Order: sequence, then C-alpha cells, then structure tokens
Amino acid sequence: MKSFEEIAEIIRTNFSDIQIEIKSVVKFEPFLVISSDKIDKICLYLRDYPELCFDSLVNLSAVDDFNGTKVKDEQGNETMTGGTMSVYYHLESIKFRHKILLKVITDKDNPNINSVVSVWNSANWHEREAFDLFGITFNNHPDLRRILMPYDWEFGHPLKKDYQNPEFYQGMKIPY
Amino acid sequence: MSIRTEEMVLNMGPQHPSTHGVLRLELTLDGEIIIKVVPHIGYLHRCFEKHCEVITYPQVIPYTDRMDYLAAMGNEFGYVIGVEKLLGIQVPERVEYIRVIMAELQRIASHLIAIGTYGADIGAVTPFLYCFRDREKILSLFEITCGARLLYNYIWIGGLSHDLHPDFIRLTKEFIKEFKSNLRELNNLLTYNRIFIDRTANVGILPLETAINFGITGPMLRASGLKWDLRRDDTYSVYNKFDFDIPVGEGKMGTVGDSWDRYYVRVLEIEESLKIIKQAINSIPDGDVTSAIPKKIKPPVGHIYSRVENPRGELGYFIISDGSTSPFRVKVRAPSFVNLQIMDELCRGHLVADVIAILGSVDIVLGEVDR
Repeated sequence: MKSFEEIAEIIRTNFSDIQIEIKSVVKFEPFLVISSDKIDKICLYLRDYPELCFDSLVNLSAVDDFNGTKVKDEQGNETMTGGTMSVYYHLESIKFRHKILLKVITDKDNPNINSVVSVWNSANWHEREAFDLFGITFNNHPDLRRILMPYDWEFGHPLKKDYQNPEFYQGMKIPY
Repeated sequence: MSIRTEEMVLNMGPQHPSTHGVLRLELTLDGEIIIKVVPHIGYLHRCFEKHCEVITYPQVIPYTDRMDYLAAMGNEFGYVIGVEKLLGIQVPERVEYIRVIMAELQRIASHLIAIGTYGADIGAVTPFLYCFRDREKILSLFEITCGARLLYNYIWIGGLSHDLHPDFIRLTKEFIKEFKSNLRELNNLLTYNRIFIDRTANVGILPLETAINFGITGPMLRASGLKWDLRRDDTYSVYNKFDFDIPVGEGKMGTVGDSWDRYYVRVLEIEESLKIIKQAINSIPDGDVTSAIPKKIKPPVGHIYSRVENPRGELGYFIISDGSTSPFRVKVRAPSFVNLQIMDELCRGHLVADVIAILGSVDIVLGEVDR
C-alpha cells in the first residue's frame, strides 16, 4: 500500500515532460491534475506499473465547474461564458489496496478529453454518461452515443449548470 | 450441403417480464446463438443528479431511496456517510448499530428478491412465492420502525428519524429463528434442484480479470473468486466489530464465476447477514438516536467519495460541496449501471434462453441503472 505522496512522486519522476499539479488545498481528498491529452497514457502506466497496479477504475465523474465570466445580454439576462469542466477519476488497486484521485480540466466551450476505455472497460458507460449529460467528447471512445437521454434529444446536455429546459419535445408540451 | 444463414436482430424488452424493469436488449442472432448484445437504457431516467443540485442536503435522502428501490436503506446509508464526513460529525454508537441492522435486513430482503425472481425467470415459480413470504416479514419489521415498507427516509444525516420500536428486537429474533429453517427449505427446493443447476451452471462464465477490468463489484465479483467486500476491505460504520465471512464462488456445480455461482454467493450472503444482525442486536448500546442531528447542514467547500457495499455491489456517492446548503454536484456510481455493461461479454456464444438466465444472475435494478 502506497500513500498519495509516494504515488504522486512515481508519476512525477516518470512523466517529467508532462505538467502535473498536486492539489490538496481542497479539504478531504488530495488529487492530481493532469492535462486532457495525456490522461490515457498516464492511466495505462498506472495500470501496468507493477508497484502501482491500479487495476480498477472505481468511478468517473464529470463536473461543470461553473466558473466562467458572467455576461449580461441586451435583455438583461445573465449568461456564463468560458469556464471549465472537470472529470474526476477514482482509481483503486485491488492488489495493493491503495487509491488515487485524478482530475482533468477541460475547456467548457470545447470539452475534449482522451478516452480511457482502452485501459479499463468500465470507463465505457461512464464516459458515455459524461458525454450525454455534459457534452464532453472523449477521443477514441469506441461507441460515443447518448446513454440516458433519448437518442434524438437535441436540447443540449442537462447536467450543465446553464441548461435550459425545452418547452416541447417531439410536439409534446413538457409541463414543469 | 451448407445452408446459408442470416443474422437476425431481435429486441428483448422494454416490456419484457424478465428484464426486471424497462430495459431493452438488442440481440443479434445467428440462428439461436447470440452474436452481440447491446443494452439500451434510460427509460427510467429522471436525472436524480440534477434534482440534487437544487434541493438541500437532507432533501436528497428520499430521492436516494428511489434509485435502488429494493435496497433503499443501503442507498441512504451511503449518502449519509458521505455528508457526515463532509460535515465532520461523529454519530452515536447506537445509531451506527441500528444502521447496520437495517442495512443487513435490507440485504436479506434484496437478495430474496434476486433469488426468487431468478428462479421465476428460469421457470421455478414456487420459490418466488416462498421468498416473497419471507421478505414480507422483513418489510413488516421496517414498517414498525419507520412506517414505510419500501422507501423509508429513515437514516438521516447525523442520526435516524425514529428509535427502534420496543418490540423490534424480539420480532427480529423471532424472524431469524423462523427464517433459518425456511432457508434450508429454499436450498432444497431451488439451489440443489437438478433442472435449476442444468440451466445455470457453466452459463455466462465471468473470469476474474475481465470482472475487475469491467469494474464489476458485489456478489458478481465475489462469485468470480475474489474475496472483496467493502464492509471488510474499506470498512465503514461499525462493521469491523462483527465477525462474518465473505463467501466466494467455488465452481461447485460447474466453473468458477458461472451463473450458479453468482446465485449461490447471494444465498450464502444471506446467512452471513443473519450472523451480523444476531451479533448486533445482542450488543446494541443505549443512547439517543437524534442527538447528533445538526440543526443547520452547510458543509465546507470540498469533495468526498463515500461508498458502501450495497446488495448489488459498490454504491458510491461523489459529493462536491461549494459551501452552500445544497450540493454542487452529486455523482452516483450505481452498481447495477456498471454491472450491466458486462452483458455483451457474458452472453456471446450462448443461446437466447440463456440471456434470461444471465441477466437474472447479474441482478439489476433499473431504477438505479437509469437514476
């Protein structure tokens, strides 16, 4: 069993050319921030490095950080532009019983992250869910379709903080 | 002479009695052999996670009930543990004991449904009624505790909504005594039934490495031969005070990780749950169950991933707090959602009739898959 610092150190020494941030300012769980185009490589390394052996992806959750700048349009309605979205990866090694939390930050206007399905098959539906509810595109995902919402849903991605409910769906009024 | 065959696509569901809810499986068949299974989910989607962002922390609890509606106590348990960790509350010992008793009773009730409906799916209808008879008694125990039979809103942040009914311990002891002989009867009727074994043994074999890579948890993972149970391996509440075994699949009737193993692990887990309940009701301490409930629930900025061993596997809540009275984001890692992904892997090469046998052994609850 390795501590968070030890795992972070191993990643640091092996990926010196990649920018990795360690954050523990947030209470409770420290995490590593990894750039979106390197996440698949790092995950593969974490899974196959014999002393780490992160054989299971426990959870993958996308979050709309809602940290853009507020802009007022002509009618006086406030809208948010810019900002970021994050994806959290909870990894665990069943063999060694250690855990780690990785975080990838991506641009909200064009969210784009490399898929980790090739590393863990369990990521498949988690990533589809993140695509469906947040609109995050996962590069190299084998089957990136909507999963929970109807396949023909054309009103955006409901878990975004600035999502607006449509008035009609296929000619039916949606009461709220 | 060879006969030219064509692939055929067959829809199973959404309204199909043995898909346990509204699930559509798109089967690609070559004759009667499965080539591919594509599950289509989302028919019960009500965007639980979006609801959480506009209601306060305690208001989320009734919504969690409605995810895995066969194991509502477990759902509340996981969520409440997460919020308590965010708040930094220590709950009284008595509360923890009652929570464990409830979670284990719920596990028995849930496994009874899994076993009963599994038998019914395959054609054995009698055990289904026996299982429901016993589950009914557990539901009555819940009813005298909190007034509800399925969706409880019983486990609150920092405590419980009610203390135990004065008769609860006596009734639970009576139930355990009675249930033990019923379980023996169930084993004779279904578990060791030749027809049942023929339908399930060596069907849908799940190797351990595949299971881990697909993130499978709960009885399915244990049936593949790994002793992995969050109650022991990432212990929470007061589970470390109790003595219980973790049953794993041994391939008694076929190969390790087949459908019969998945079924049998659940039967064994019922016995282990009975053990835990027995120990807990004999050593339950006194105390006030509402004393630690905070007046104002406003966790500091931060995030937490809390997880519990639900009857279907690892139920995880990833809660992000922005310091207000409602969560900024709640992501649920539902065990059924992750376990259902394996269907294609398990069914390929089997017959159409085996799809039912395999789906029953995966044991999904669609309320949780779709959230």
